[in-house]
Amino acid sequence: MRPELSQTGKAPDCCRAGLFSSLLPLGLFVLLCLAWPRVVQGDIFAVHWDWVPSLDLALAFRLDGLGLLFGLIITMTGFFVTLYASTYMAGYPQLGRFFVYLHGFMLAMLGIVLSDNLLLLFVFWEATTILSFLLIGFDHDQAGARENARQALLVTGGGGLFLLMGILLLKSAGFPMAISLLATSGDLVRAHALYPAIFLCILVGVMTKSGQVPFHFWLPNAMSAPTPISAFLHAATMVKAGIFLLLRLHPAMAGTPLWTGTLVLIGGITALWGAIQALGPCDLKRVLAYTTLMALGVLTLFAGGQTVLSLTAAATFLMVHALYKAALFLAVGSIDHQTGTRDLNRLGGLVKCMPLTALAVTGATLSMAGFPLFFGFIGKEIMYEGALAQEMFPVFATFATLVANALMTAVAAVILITPFAGPLRGKLSLVCEVPWTMRLGPAVMGILGVVFGIIPEWVSAHLIEPAVFAIHPDREEIRLVFFHGINLPLLLSILTLSLGGLIYGFRSFLRQGLLTVLDRLWFTFPGLYQSGLKGFLTTAGRFTGIVQNGSLHTYLTVIILVMIAAVGSVWLPHLPGMAKNVSFSGPWIAAGLFGFILIATAMVVTARHRILAIGGLGGVGAGVALVFLVFGAPDIALTQLLVETLTLVFVSLILLRLPPLEKANPPSRSRTLRNAGLSLGAGLITATLLTGVVQIPLDRSLTAFFEANSVAAAHGRNIVNVILVDFRSFDTLGEIAVVVLAAWAGVNLIRRRKER
Amino acid sequence: MQSLVLQTATRLMVGLMLVFAVYVLLRGHHEPGGGFAAALLAGTAFALFAITEGPDQVRRAIRIRPLTMAMTGLALALAAGLPGPAAGAPFLTGIWWQAGPIAIGTPLIFDLGVFLAVLGSILSMLLCLEEN
Repeated sequence: MRPELSQTGKAPDCCRAGLFSSLLPLGLFVLLCLAWPRVVQGDIFAVHWDWVPSLDLALAFRLDGLGLLFGLIITMTGFFVTLYASTYMAGYPQLGRFFVYLHGFMLAMLGIVLSDNLLLLFVFWEATTILSFLLIGFDHDQAGARENARQALLVTGGGGLFLLMGILLLKSAGFPMAISLLATSGDLVRAHALYPAIFLCILVGVMTKSGQVPFHFWLPNAMSAPTPISAFLHAATMVKAGIFLLLRLHPAMAGTPLWTGTLVLIGGITALWGAIQALGPCDLKRVLAYTTLMALGVLTLFAGGQTVLSLTAAATFLMVHALYKAALFLAVGSIDHQTGTRDLNRLGGLVKCMPLTALAVTGATLSMAGFPLFFGFIGKEIMYEGALAQEMFPVFATFATLVANALMTAVAAVILITPFAGPLRGKLSLVCEVPWTMRLGPAVMGILGVVFGIIPEWVSAHLIEPAVFAIHPDREEIRLVFFHGINLPLLLSILTLSLGGLIYGFRSFLRQGLLTVLDRLWFTFPGLYQSGLKGFLTTAGRFTGIVQNGSLHTYLTVIILVMIAAVGSVWLPHLPGMAKNVSFSGPWIAAGLFGFILIATAMVVTARHRILAIGGLGGVGAGVALVFLVFGAPDIALTQLLVETLTLVFVSLILLRLPPLEKANPPSRSRTLRNAGLSLGAGLITATLLTGVVQIPLDRSLTAFFEANSVAAAHGRNIVNVILVDFRSFDTLGEIAVVVLAAWAGVNLIRRRKER
Repeated sequence: MQSLVLQTATRLMVGLMLVFAVYVLLRGHHEPGGGFAAALLAGTAFALFAITEGPDQVRRAIRIRPLTMAMTGLALALAAGLPGPAAGAPFLTGIWWQAGPIAIGTPLIFDLGVFLAVLGSILSMLLCLEEN
């Protein structure tokens, strides 16, 4: 996997390309900052280019408060992660590819949050899915990474199909694809008969992307990606795409009992399940992954609400989480990078060797635990306010938030205390601090967690308020303050911290219990996924074994039988009416040609040597080409003759490799009869069909058009060729693309056979 | 294949056939012919060459990999579609320039692309089979 960098010292310290390319996210961040003051004033930046107007698909982008909040998080995290990766990934193979994926992902993510067209949003949505697949499987020589990448792709990609279905249902109901237009017709959407179906389809897309139970299992497994990727995609940005979509569709779709009830329940369950499981693993990255599930659950819960308080809670916790989680992931990556392990049982006392990282982790974990003076505290207060004011299931919402937060506090303590406190273990004393590129991100994000916790009023006025009012109709002032006075949220906060301390104290006991329960579960969703996938592959394998059994003779028999049955059943009833008018007239030379073709056919059928059969086939082809010539189609005749010649070369190259015909056992009599019957049937059907076709009067309007326009519009007298390269050139382009692809596939098949 | 008659005839024929292929390619707009037919003709010429002199000689003669040739053809055909949008017309619209008595247009480039794509595809399969 990763080369041992700190020990050998041979690998480069830093990847210049990565360092340089971090200017891209930085530049985008600065651009967003320039637009920031105007967005706070309520201005909206919008651009629109047509893409496929007939599908209502446009390259429409719109920067409002919500897009700005997400955009700032994406570009800021993107900058720190790129900077971090330029050191962390140094020495990896294929780094260029890595940074292309990384920045491609960032741009796709920005595309999601800035799109003003649902179909365009879906395009970016899918792009993030695919790039996530490529990034999770970046260590593609490891079977585990490939397996996890495939799992993430199947789960999120499958959910993406549901999302597309929801969008198309919305479109089929006659609603515009422009999100800003859709937002104004929210009452119509909610009243529409298709609303429940639309909501459920979009919900599945959101749940898979944002790791909601029961589609949560791919997220912890996605941790096999390199740590900068986990920090960027699977903590700070991509998994929030589902939350973003919920918030973005809020004006159009929220407010129904279905919306609120479903989201509060699913979000609450996910938050609880994620938080409980976070106690289980010893791998620090997996611990963080489960806490991410908890955060995503809480965000979904609050995205379900309709009140300003609920949305404020969602937006605030989004920021809180992005700051502390990205910082923690990067710090865990630093620990892994310096010590070679992320195992909680093998770490300890690192504060002595990595003091600056320890400081950043302290800031991040205190924010995560929600200590006063940290931004997490503000987030937790507003969360309790929002949960208590939730329209549906407020008790459940408050309970879920409380338990999840208490567990988060305990996990935060584990993350801070276990690796950093205590005596240094084993060889860890040799460990040294990471370079500045890897410290900067965690440090800045840790500091922001404190600064925002001290000046919450500024944050609420400049970030939260514009974001919430981009999606909520009533504009009222939102003020996040440090101290509300003694009220229920504050009491709940205190309860959270004490409960958290209690859980931390009993953590080993709780962990044992959790692992025992998890072991005894007879039904798990990952298990369902595994058995479903296995069953699917087995079924596909059996089916392929039947249909593609490898015998060319069987394939041809099936194809010809289907042709006889399908054409014959439609065509034969019309035959008697047609047969009367058939007339055979033409130049005498044609009759001679037909005789020649018949003789050549007889030669193919009776040949006892392959070379004779091949020669006979060539004779048939040449005869047919000459028939074309006689009946006035020189273009087709020329092409036919050339194709026949080349086919002959190819067929002889292949057939002459087979064992000689005269040595093979002659086919059984019944088989010969069967083949003869098939051939005669196919020939008769085709012949009668053709005689029928020529009796239908030809529609010459197209011909007239080409005759009139060929020279005038396309400068060519050969109509066939003008059609091919000018009037219908798009078709030709498709055809040559198929030819090239077929050749490519063919060459690879032949080469593979050769290697065997 | 060791045959003096075939080898001598091939030396004469291959050159003639290739020149004729170019002729067929160029005349295609007015008379029977065109990129596809020309590619088949050139493919037959190279097939003859490969049978007498061996596929290695053909690879040496065409210098570039056959699949590269096919991809180049595809790219050329795509590129021939671009002047259209540049002039405000749909993709692949034929654009013509009058050069003295003859009109030269993007369909010619397109046809050249067809020629290279088809010839490259034929050659890649053919040479691979011959070497097998």
